[in-house]
Amino acid sequence: MSDALSAGALSEPAADPSKGSLRILQLYPRDMNIYGDYGNVLVLKQRLAWRGYGAEILEHNVGDSFPSDVDLVVGGGGQDSGQVVIQDDLQSVAPTLRGLAEDGTPMLVICGMYQLFGTVFRTYDGIDIPGINVLDLETRGGSERLIGNVVATSTEFGEVHGYENHSGQTFLGDGVSPLGTVLKGAGNNTEDQYEGARYRNVVASYLHGSLLPKNPAVADFLLRTAAKRKFGSFDDDGLDDSLAELARKHAAERPR
Amino acid sequence: MNPLPVLLGKIVRIASRLRGGGSALPGLVVERLDPGFMGRALSALPHGVVVVSGTNGKTTTTKMVVELLEGQGLSVFTNRTGSNFTRGVAAALLGEVDWRGRLVADVAVLELDEAHAVHFVKLVPPKYSLLLNVLRDQLDRFGEIDATTRLLERIATATTGTVVLNREDPRVAGIASSLTQARAVYFGLDESLRSTFPNDDELRGAEGTAPAAALPADVVLSAVEGDSAEFDIDGLRVSTGLRLRGVYNIFNAAAALAAARAVLGGAADIDRLLRSLAAVEPAFGRGESILVDGRPLELVLVKNPSGFRLGLKSFDPAGHATMIAINDNYADGRDMSWLWDVDFDSLGAAGVDMVSGARAYDMALRLKYDAVRIGGVEPDITAALKAFITGSAGQPRRIFCTYTAMLAVRRELSKIAKVEVVS
Ligand SMILES: [Zn+2]
Repeated sequence: MSDALSAGALSEPAADPSKGSLRILQLYPRDMNIYGDYGNVLVLKQRLAWRGYGAEILEHNVGDSFPSDVDLVVGGGGQDSGQVVIQDDLQSVAPTLRGLAEDGTPMLVICGMYQLFGTVFRTYDGIDIPGINVLDLETRGGSERLIGNVVATSTEFGEVHGYENHSGQTFLGDGVSPLGTVLKGAGNNTEDQYEGARYRNVVASYLHGSLLPKNPAVADFLLRTAAKRKFGSFDDDGLDDSLAELARKHAAERPR
Repeated sequence: MNPLPVLLGKIVRIASRLRGGGSALPGLVVERLDPGFMGRALSALPHGVVVVSGTNGKTTTTKMVVELLEGQGLSVFTNRTGSNFTRGVAAALLGEVDWRGRLVADVAVLELDEAHAVHFVKLVPPKYSLLLNVLRDQLDRFGEIDATTRLLERIATATTGTVVLNREDPRVAGIASSLTQARAVYFGLDESLRSTFPNDDELRGAEGTAPAAALPADVVLSAVEGDSAEFDIDGLRVSTGLRLRGVYNIFNAAAALAAARAVLGGAADIDRLLRSLAAVEPAFGRGESILVDGRPLELVLVKNPSGFRLGLKSFDPAGHATMIAINDNYADGRDMSWLWDVDFDSLGAAGVDMVSGARAYDMALRLKYDAVRIGGVEPDITAALKAFITGSAGQPRRIFCTYTAMLAVRRELSKIAKVEVVS
């Protein structure tokens, strides 16, 4: 068999949070979690455990009080109806999220939450839904759904692999940079070649898949940033990412 | 009426069967030549048409409704080959109608894919529809779960008699409010079983959104014990043994009972319904068992997170060799993110002996993050299956696979073991 793996290669040291714990906040997992967004949280948690750190997974759902001392924020995609449900609550915690982002807290926002982190979402029917102004970008509802495998290239993270499924088209303002340039797929919109957005330590993207399992460079950027802010350093032990490498290689060969 | 299109269709059907080809071409021929053929053949049936739709369990549930109705003496037309598209129905009809296009049957029970059902009900309004669930599946086709719900709603509003709805699925139960002509009837679960069937909204420990027993249900699955089940039918507690495996199949048995009762009305003989139900064998790839070198090999079709979760819950990994094969062809869905919404912890103790399919490495990566031991990864299904069978000699085996991976696995297995042939 070409790619047989020994059992040992896959089982890495168990969690030993002796080096300390990061507090990871999941935004609205109840209403915004449809595309494997939990996978992103799981990857962060396990990559910390394998390096001897702990992870405290927190949730903020509609009606909850926003937790304190958050080290890393993750938000996922939802259906249009989910975005409506969280709208008021999200506006009420917007100043806190803006403060955290300005302060340099690492964040990963995907698809629906990426859109809501912008200034405005103009629906296909011409209604303006305000965003929370963390990112200088706006989204317009489209008539066409952009669906399929994506490969983008980023100066910061190398190739980024994932899957997109959205009808909103996002356009970046001057205050943010793109996460990457699309090699395959649509990305932010059907007009420019950009995918996702970067601002301070916020990574925003349309890609699920989930994003982090196949893009360990992005996962480690978020973890390193959070750990350095909290502990002053990050014990950046190289992990065996050979399975992720192979998954990326095979994903890139699949049809759009 | 001109019998020529029907005759031509029948000839194409025979020719394409001889060639070993697919079942859709003859349907296309008759559809082009005689667009009214299907509607005419089906609308003349005395008990009308029953449409079964929803994300999970259509094939097994359709099979159950058919056998329940046949057990009551009805002659049933169905699309048994799993070609659940309008054209497939037309092709199946060609095999059953006489040369004048007349169908000799009492009722038709049709499994229809959500999107194609909408097209179908415009041509042939069903008298009954059975709507099972709306779960996250193939969002690369439908865009959103809410969009899938709207497709089912259109089936329901086109239905003229009774719409049978899953009380425990909030999206499905909600369809009742849009009905104008049909009446709604529900099937449901006892409170004690509800946590066994989390819907997608309850995926990550969120509060259940299912409406409690507020809605009266015609059939309630009240208990599952090994391979027997208890149902409350119209307030009467009954129990029966089952050959079907998997809790999800048993819940769908409640759905099938409610649908059969809707069709039969007061004429339904409950004892006989239960006897029919007890005899239903699992459908193609839904927990069926094949003998390979004298040991059972189970094929479990997994195509979305809730199906995979229920599959893992229904089949104990202990003592079994396990393989997982994940493809991402159009029929499987191209998006792999669903694998991250399934917990694989239950496989942790026994491990997975072989991971295969076009997305073998996505699957292996998923298992790695749940710390599940992996015996080997081999994207090529033929090579993987050989290594898996050789490496697990003397053990019972189980393969979880997506739709096209299952077709490939069966093709290979048929070379080494006797496998049911499906056209
Ligand atoms: Zn998305």
